[in-house]
Amino acid sequence: MENKVQLTINGQIVEVQPGKSILEAAEKLRIHIPTLCYHKDLCVKGNCRVCVVESKHNKRLVAACATPAEQGMAIVTNSLKVRNARRHIIQLLLAEHNADCTKCYKNGQCELQRIAADLKILNQDFSELNQWKKYTVDYYSPSIIKNDSKCIRCQRCVRTCAELQGVNALTVAHKGEKMKISTFLAKPMSEVVCTNCGQCVNHCPTGALVERNYIEEVWAALADPTKHVIVQTAPAVRVGLGEEFGLEPGTRVTGKMVTALRQLGFDTVLDTDFTADLTILEEGTELLGRLKSSVAGDNADVKLPVISSCSPGWIKYIEHLFPNRLSHLSSCKSPQQMFGALAKTYYAASRKIDPKSIVSVSIMPCTAKKYEAGRPEMCSSGYRDVDYVLTTRELAIMIKQAGLDFGVLSESAYDKLMGQSTGAAAIFGATGGVMEAALRTVYEVVTGREVPFEALNITPVRGMEGIREAAIEVKNPLPEWQFLDGVTLRCAVAHGLVNARKLMELPAERFNQYHFIEIMACPGGCLGGGGQPIPTSPEIRNRRMEAIYAEDMGMPLRKSHDNPEVQLLYANYLGSPNSKKAHELLHTHYTLRERF
Amino acid sequence: MEQQLLKRIDLIFNDENDWQEILDQTLAHDNTYIINALVSSELKGRGGAGFPTGLKWKLTSEAPGIEKYMICNADEGEPGTFKDREILSRVSFKVLVAMAVCARVIGAKEGIIYLRGEYKYLVPQLNKTIAEFGAYCGRTGLDFNVRIFLGSGAYICGEETALFESLEGHRGEPRNKPPFPTDYGFRGMPTVVNNVETLVHAYTIFKYGAARFKELGVASSRGTKLFSVSGDTPIAGIYELELGMSLSQFVEEFGDGDTKAVQVGGASGFLVPRKKFDETTIGFQGRLTGVSLPTGGSMMLFNSSRSMYNVLNNYLDFFREESCGQCTPCRVGCQILHKGIEEVKRGERNAKYLQTLLLLTETMQLTAKCGLGQSVANSFSSIVENFWEEMIY
Amino acid sequence: MDPVKSLVTDLVSRLGTHRENLLPVLQGVVEQQQYLSEYAMIKVAEAMNLSAAEVYGTATFYSFLENKKMGQYIIRVCKTITCSMKGKQQILSAIEEMLKIQIGETTPDGVFTLLQTNCLGWCHKGPAMLVNDEVYSDLTPEKVRDILQSYLKTAKS
Ligand SMILES: Cc1cc2nc3c(=O)[nH]c(=O)nc-3n(C[C@H](O)[C@H](O)[C@H](O)COP(=O)(O)O)c2cc1C
Ligand code: SF4
Ligand code: SF4
Ligand code: SF4
Ligand code: SF4
Ligand code: FES
Repeated sequence: MENKVQLTINGQIVEVQPGKSILEAAEKLRIHIPTLCYHKDLCVKGNCRVCVVESKHNKRLVAACATPAEQGMAIVTNSLKVRNARRHIIQLLLAEHNADCTKCYKNGQCELQRIAADLKILNQDFSELNQWKKYTVDYYSPSIIKNDSKCIRCQRCVRTCAELQGVNALTVAHKGEKMKISTFLAKPMSEVVCTNCGQCVNHCPTGALVERNYIEEVWAALADPTKHVIVQTAPAVRVGLGEEFGLEPGTRVTGKMVTALRQLGFDTVLDTDFTADLTILEEGTELLGRLKSSVAGDNADVKLPVISSCSPGWIKYIEHLFPNRLSHLSSCKSPQQMFGALAKTYYAASRKIDPKSIVSVSIMPCTAKKYEAGRPEMCSSGYRDVDYVLTTRELAIMIKQAGLDFGVLSESAYDKLMGQSTGAAAIFGATGGVMEAALRTVYEVVTGREVPFEALNITPVRGMEGIREAAIEVKNPLPEWQFLDGVTLRCAVAHGLVNARKLMELPAERFNQYHFIEIMACPGGCLGGGGQPIPTSPEIRNRRMEAIYAEDMGMPLRKSHDNPEVQLLYANYLGSPNSKKAHELLHTHYTLRERF
Repeated sequence: MEQQLLKRIDLIFNDENDWQEILDQTLAHDNTYIINALVSSELKGRGGAGFPTGLKWKLTSEAPGIEKYMICNADEGEPGTFKDREILSRVSFKVLVAMAVCARVIGAKEGIIYLRGEYKYLVPQLNKTIAEFGAYCGRTGLDFNVRIFLGSGAYICGEETALFESLEGHRGEPRNKPPFPTDYGFRGMPTVVNNVETLVHAYTIFKYGAARFKELGVASSRGTKLFSVSGDTPIAGIYELELGMSLSQFVEEFGDGDTKAVQVGGASGFLVPRKKFDETTIGFQGRLTGVSLPTGGSMMLFNSSRSMYNVLNNYLDFFREESCGQCTPCRVGCQILHKGIEEVKRGERNAKYLQTLLLLTETMQLTAKCGLGQSVANSFSSIVENFWEEMIY
Repeated sequence: MDPVKSLVTDLVSRLGTHRENLLPVLQGVVEQQQYLSEYAMIKVAEAMNLSAAEVYGTATFYSFLENKKMGQYIIRVCKTITCSMKGKQQILSAIEEMLKIQIGETTPDGVFTLLQTNCLGWCHKGPAMLVNDEVYSDLTPEKVRDILQSYLKTAKS
């Protein structure tokens, strides 16, 4: 280990590893330095200059986020000089800003507003620049609203889209006074390569990038006595929602959330986890079918690996950028869309409700799901399968609007028919979860035995490494699967599209080695989705991940094929996995898209 | 500070066509000798920041790196500066020799001339020279190649870290410093960036020796400097002068008899009003310019017919366009300053607002990410403070 | 193959697909086309494995990489202080009058576009201007008219 460097901050001594910034050193002392362009997920840009501090012997102020701590430094974070400079910088940002906070979606949750409030910027020394009046708001995307008049040009979104997602749909354009965040030729977000993943929204400190919200639409449906409003909640929502109410990251709030949804007036509260289990049966069967065709040599055209298709951000990404790999995608819809299709068919029929009067709402950690719900092909029920998609954040807003005291709500359980789930579904919310759930089922189908991992926990596919791999050898399979005897199933898991790209760009001979690949568009999987509570950071995502695996361990059933309601669904309605009916309702096809 | 009489010198453009000899003779010395010569000559960079050239080469030679690079900064974008163009069109061999020597000293095999797009017409001739030079290097077994990289109209790319970004195919947004180019420059490798003129002075030192170079100029400002003289002067052009003269001498020589103020160092430099001509020395430690003579020896003269308000307005228009736009104090600050002086001029704001703006330039100087935003204060405060009346009426 | 596509293909195969070659490639396109069309930027992005937004973002940083359609000859008149002092305005007016266009506009026949630019490095011989890559200094209204006249003669019809 290298020698640590010692410095003082506001007179207090602190030691840090060489290479750590002044900001990190101050954090160690619990001294808060305001920041805007800095984000723990991203490379350091040092362009907002809000974090400037005084460093002895330096006649200028230095940016705490971008300046390495050095031996013997003497830093002051709160001198008159620093405060004056900081005030000026916030005033400058505000002079360039459409600061109508009371009409802003981010009101109360905006980092710029927060710093202005902390500094008590009560007057504006400088003239307003008003150049934002020339800007138009881009509300063409079903997922994201981009409002340049609220942008402080911290470039967090651009770095997010490049470093985490490798999409580069957003860029910094022009220079000087004209510099702004732009898509290709300033086209609407809906016309470019953007995947709607919402990571830029999650990382934007202001109201410049926000989700397109459907809160009023949902309130209207809830108020309409002729409508039967059903809601589904995705696996990752229950480990994030609590943060919106001041609970520690990683607090599980499943029961409270269900209660809250009932109190908001939803007629039936059901669980996307149910269709997550269903996905495993459909996708697992598809995988086995493809394995049979290719390994047993029935059909040389069948493509391996099979790539998971639960993440609509990932789907749009591959449609734009890797059309040559499209045939590898599983044809399964995402759990949200499977649920939607069943809600207005199976559920409606079982409950004897006219599907026309059903409003199907989903609560998702994701903004891409808003886009997915609107894809033209997503109406297998004869109606729009999912009518409104709300993010975790929008649900929190509704709960607050309804005046519910979330912390003291009692816990309750999901409604029946499509409300039951297993631990395998719970882990869909974490990167690697779909893979693990699939392996739990597939291995057992093939061998008649449980996966050979302690307590069913397939740890090699867990964790936050960008790309993870696992190999499981099939031994002594059941007679039907004899051709798999001795075959090593190779799997890869990637999260964050920048990692997905690495897998997709593998040369064919390496790519084709795999049998099954799971890809989630967002860092950490859905638990780090673009609709989850802000802020996000590696640490917060880790805590949510721990909660997800705890949820799994706490479930009485932990394998998708054990889900009694899913078994019932097949027995009473679908027949068997990948049946004709299942194909009609639960599978989909993909679209070729332009590369830019 | 020490001053001396204005003296015209002819070292830079006198071309005895002996570059091959000078190259061979210099390379016959070891690296330490060359670095020591530069260090003892006290040569400071002519690109603006005035960093000691010998030290820069030394640091880069000592920095660890698989590759190293030698970059000649020919982005010359500072308003009122045109000497690098002249050097490149007349004595480019000298520049190449110094680049090759530097490359040997630091361990670089590749040299790049970052030439501003506005000087594209220099390329054919320059490429010819480079080819001839390359052929000679080939014959003498020196493993060094030079290429030209053209800019495309962005003043900020003259800032060395923005220059790297541009070379790497990105927007020319300056990087955080540290790390400094001597450790982490082009492609993340140790890199020397030198101004065109700095390299020619290095050549002079190789040819005549450090002692001879040091005889010129005054303490802390050694040698000569090329001055780009423009504005209200009957004899606009490029002049090589010894450092250390007073501004009043300079004005006597170049002025039109009615000089009201001189902008020293381009738009990022300072405006010196007539009453301060005597006390201002032209060198790196001029009293008025504080630490360094900013940017490259541009001298713009203004006579009494000129409105200093218009001058400042023109500079601020330049900065608000040419700022890279990434950092708050510079991007927004430049706009506020520009708008602000117009508002005061039009009477929409009272003169006290100028005081507010002066405070803002202090913040810009303290907090901007790079030299551009930091130096807007120079011209702003020197013009506003000295020509307060002109700003208002 | 269409001309833009073959131009891009040719440039990229000559210069390389590495990001470091983006500027030279874009400069090469502008040299032939005077500007970067939407199509050209998409082709460059494809050839260099970049997103079109990255190409656009980089190009718009540089004043000489225009992305609006330009005339065959782009006139850039220096607007920096010394050229301003030496009569830039008269030069501009002379051009505007002769070509019947304003700053930022292109003549209907597509021959000239009139722009302003920052310091050209000819402050001692102002006013100065560039026409494409050629520089002209010590301009007077008469001189500038002659210069443009001679360009008109060589313009592609
Ligand atoms: C805004 C800005 C513009 C600059 N432009 C130039 C330039 O055009 N030419 C140049 O040589 N140096 C320029 N510099 C200085 C360079 O960053 C760098 O210090 C210099 O090239 C180092 O060379 P030197 O040590 O030989 O002077 C500029 C600096 C700033 C902050
Ligand atoms: S982005 Fe923030 S500061 Fe701006 S209007 Fe919205 S809440 Fe206010
Ligand atoms: S939603 Fe995702 S892909 Fe689209 S711009 Fe934002 S980060 Fe990029
Ligand atoms: S859109 Fe948001 S994240 Fe992007 S630069 Fe603007 S304020 Fe920053
Ligand atoms: S000071 Fe200006 S030019 Fe320098 S980094 Fe900041 S915005 Fe860019
Ligand atoms: S947080 Fe440090 S410069 Fe923005």
